[in-house]
Amino acid sequence: MIEIKNISKWYGAFRVLTDCSTHVSKGEVVVVCGPSGSGKSTLIKCVNALEPFQKGEILVDGISVGDPKTDLPKLRARVGMVFQHFELFPHMSVTENLTLAQIRVLRRSKAEAEAKAAALLKRVGLEAHAAKFPGNLSGGQQQRVAIARALAMDPIAMLFDEPTSALDPEMINEVLDVMVQLAQEGMTMMVVTHEMGFARRVAHRVIFMDHGEIVEDAPKDDFFGKPRSERAQQFLSKILQH
Amino acid sequence: MLALDLAFFDWEIISRFIAKGFAFSVELTLIAMSGGIVFGTLLALMRLSGRKWLDAAAAVYVNGMRSIPLVMVILWFFLLIPFLIGRSIGAELSAIITFVAFESAYYSEIMRAGIQSVSRGQMHAAQAVGMTYAQSMRLVVLPQAFRNMLPVLLTQTIILFQDTSLVYAIGAYDLLKGFEQAGRNYGRPIEAYLLAAVVYFAISFSLSQMVKRLQVKIAIVR
Ligand SMILES: Nc1ncnc2c1ncn2[C@@H]1O[C@H](COP(=O)(O)OP(=O)(O)O)[C@@H](O)[C@H]1O
Ligand SMILES: [Mg+2]
Repeated sequence: MIEIKNISKWYGAFRVLTDCSTHVSKGEVVVVCGPSGSGKSTLIKCVNALEPFQKGEILVDGISVGDPKTDLPKLRARVGMVFQHFELFPHMSVTENLTLAQIRVLRRSKAEAEAKAAALLKRVGLEAHAAKFPGNLSGGQQQRVAIARALAMDPIAMLFDEPTSALDPEMINEVLDVMVQLAQEGMTMMVVTHEMGFARRVAHRVIFMDHGEIVEDAPKDDFFGKPRSERAQQFLSKILQH
Repeated sequence: MLALDLAFFDWEIISRFIAKGFAFSVELTLIAMSGGIVFGTLLALMRLSGRKWLDAAAAVYVNGMRSIPLVMVILWFFLLIPFLIGRSIGAELSAIITFVAFESAYYSEIMRAGIQSVSRGQMHAAQAVGMTYAQSMRLVVLPQAFRNMLPVLLTQTIILFQDTSLVYAIGAYDLLKGFEQAGRNYGRPIEAYLLAAVVYFAISFSLSQMVKRLQVKIAIVR
């Protein structure tokens, strides 16, 4: 589904990503972790071309992301993305957040888009908040709306960039529950997160990044059993302490 | 001692001299504001396009306009038009075109700051659901930029309203000209100019009070 082949990226002279390769198969859940600044966000944003890369190739459902001939808006419409800071559209109601791209990109009718929005809001437990504006919701509620917004496009895969790290602790679980359910339904997911409980429950593989490199890419049990690299061991012991 | 006699100022003067001038000043302000915001937004988009030539062209225009006194632009455009198209288009139309062109430069700087005040994440989120760059700008970034900048845009419009009096340089009939004509006809130029100042002040001051209240309101919403 997602194939990342030898990706390298520079910001000017600074090399953010070095020769990264991995893949996410259909129905697979891959968790990406690593210290802050190691390039996790950059890598995941390369997958739907929100960030350009200079070397290597990424294929999403067989379509090359870096190819100048690729219709990027069309490709992005098929890949859902959830951001650390939610990034809901603050000038629109919750329902409008969910229907905007359905109407403008997928050309669904307003009624069809609203029906889809209502069903998804119900699914994430927010049907009572449909008419509210994002600014009037808690962080956890906003992030669930953001997940629903991505799902409204019927994506073939979902990308998550630290979806719970901007949340107060008591709101983390309401978001993780939605994500766990998605994973159990067989959604293809690439998730940047430090929530190792989530990784243990639903991940198939875990990737560890450091300094722009993929240091470890292992099945979940191997990774938590005994990471091969010393850097991953240190990282794990640090985040599992608290 | 200067003796002021304001009693000469009556409804007849208002309808004969002032109303027409006031209407044109308001018309000029509203057209220059809407045209200036539309073209100013386009200039801002050129400057933020990331394309070198578009950016450079817009920058030259904006910085050029902002470095020349408005009254000179008004004069030059009025004097140049007959050379360019072979006939005059009249002081009023000439003033309207000049003001739209000139104010675009100022509004563009405001809109540029407005666009930059919207986080990059918003553009990413809009593009991530499949919207094109143009759709993302139009439906997600620009509405927020406009809302954030509304008080500044309106303040610029108040300045613009005051600046419309500069069209006296080419003889267009605006509010100031109305007072001038009235003063001349009744032999009371000083009183007329004094009243003109009071009217400009009253309008500008009440508008800026409204902007202040709006600012407070927006701050609460956000
Ligand atoms: N727009 C940018 N320009 C320059 N450097 C950047 C930019 N965005 C990110 N970086 C740098 O790239 C590195 C990786 O960033 P990021 O992918 O956000 O890391 P992570 O998500 O793992 O914390 C960091 O050192 C960061 O400072
Ligand atoms: Mg990050």
